[in-house]
Amino acid sequence: MHDTRHAPARLLVADDNKVNRLLLTRSLELQGHTVASAPNGRVALEMLREGAFDLLLLDMEMPEMNGFEVLEQLAADRALRDLPVIVTSSLEGLGNVVRCIELGAEDYLAKPVNAVLLKARIGASLEKKRLRDQQKELVRRFATPEVAQDLQQSGFALAGRRVRGSVMFCDIRNFTALVESQPPEETIELLNTFYTLMFDAISGNGGVVNQMIGDGLMAIFGAPLPLADHAGAAVRAALEMVELIELLGSERAEAGRAPIRIGIGVATGEMVAGYTGTQQRATYTCIGDTVNLAARLEAHTKIALRAILVDAETCAELGERIATERLGPVAFRGKALPVEVFAVPCGAAASA
Amino acid sequence: MATSAIDPAVFAELQASAGADFVRELIDTFLEEAPPMLVELRETLAAGRAEPFRRAAHSLKSNASTFGASALAAMARELELQGLDAATPAALAALAQEYEGAAAELKALRDA
Repeated sequence: MHDTRHAPARLLVADDNKVNRLLLTRSLELQGHTVASAPNGRVALEMLREGAFDLLLLDMEMPEMNGFEVLEQLAADRALRDLPVIVTSSLEGLGNVVRCIELGAEDYLAKPVNAVLLKARIGASLEKKRLRDQQKELVRRFATPEVAQDLQQSGFALAGRRVRGSVMFCDIRNFTALVESQPPEETIELLNTFYTLMFDAISGNGGVVNQMIGDGLMAIFGAPLPLADHAGAAVRAALEMVELIELLGSERAEAGRAPIRIGIGVATGEMVAGYTGTQQRATYTCIGDTVNLAARLEAHTKIALRAILVDAETCAELGERIATERLGPVAFRGKALPVEVFAVPCGAAASA
Repeated sequence: MATSAIDPAVFAELQASAGADFVRELIDTFLEEAPPMLVELRETLAAGRAEPFRRAAHSLKSNASTFGASALAAMARELELQGLDAATPAALAALAQEYEGAAAELKALRDA
C-alpha cells in the first residue's frame, strides 16, 4: 500500500512575515512537499480558489485579511470548506487558539514551529483529508450527485419532506426471455449499457435515478433539489430514453441479437421525499400515491402497447409542448377510481 | 561574549532542521526586515496607533524567537501584551539596543 503520510502534497503557506514564510516554506520543502506562499489572507484565498491545494498553513496576524477572516471564508465556501488548515501562530491567549479550532482549523502549532511536530501534524491532516476524500468519492459513486450534495449540505437524517415532483419508472420488456436466450455475461453487459444510456437521458434532463431494480429503475424529478419544469423534464427524458433504446436495438440487430424494448410510466404530484432505512443503511427515495401511480402506469405499458404512459397531471403540465394521446380511464389495482391515462407518442412505438 | 543574545541551542536546532546555508539567507532577511519593524514601533507609538503597534511587536517577537534571540523576543512580547499604554520611548530604545546586540551576533554566526 502506498503510504500517503509520506507522499508529497501541495501546500500553501500564508504568512505576512517574510522570515516566517521563508522558514516554513523551507521546512515543508525539506519534507518533500510542493509549497506555495501568500503574504496575506486575501492572496491566500485567491490562490486556494485557483489551484488545488491539499492543506493550508495559516498565520493569524496578517494585514488585509487576517487568519480568522480566512477561516470564516473557507467555512462558507463549499469547494474549500474541507481543506485542512493548520494554524501556525504566536497568538497570545488560549481564547484565540480555541477560536481558531472553533472556526474549523484542524490544528494549532505555536511559533516557532518545531519541524518534527510540524511533520507529524501535516501527515495526520493529510491522512484525514485522504479518508474524507475517499468517503466523498464513495458517496458520489453510490449516491447520485444530487443526493451527495444534499447529504453534504444538510447532513443525514431519516426524515421526509413534502415536495411536488414527477416520478418515473422504467423497465426492459420481456427481460426474462432475454436473459434465458443469452449467456449471463451478455446480460450483464446489456444491463450496463442500458443503465448507462438511461442515466444519461435522465440526469441530462435534471432527474435523479434513485433505484435500480434488476432490469428497471426509478427516477425522481424535483427532489432532492427542486426542478422548475419537472413534468416536462421527465417526459423529455422518457422520449430520449426510447430513442436511445431504439439506437441500441438497431446495433443489436446488426450483431444478430434480439431487439429490446422499454416501458416508461410518469406521474406528477405531491410526494414525501427523504432518506428511508436505518441509521446504518438508508436510501433516498420518494413515497406516496404519485409514486404508486407511476409504477402502475409503467406496468400498464405492456397492456396498452405504448412505450410511454403519463397521468393527467403530467399531461396538464405539458400543455401543448409535447403531444399526448388520451387513452381513457383505466382501473388500477389499489385505486378506488379509474385513472385517466395518456400516451406520449414516440419513435417507432408512435407508429406501432 | 559574556552574555549571549542568541540562545545557541535554539540556533543550532534551526540550522539542523533548515540547513546552515538556508539559515544564512534567513539571517539576511531578518536583518532587512527587523529595522523597519523598529521604526514602525516608534512611529505608531508616537502616533498612538495601538493595532499596528501591537502587530509590529508581534512580528518582532515571532522572528526573534525563531533565531533564539530570547531576550529580544521577551521584550517584544511585553510590548505586544501591554500595548501603547505601558510602552515608553525608553522601552523602545532598550529594545533597539537589544536588537543591535542580537543582530551583531547573528552576523557573526552567519559569517562563521
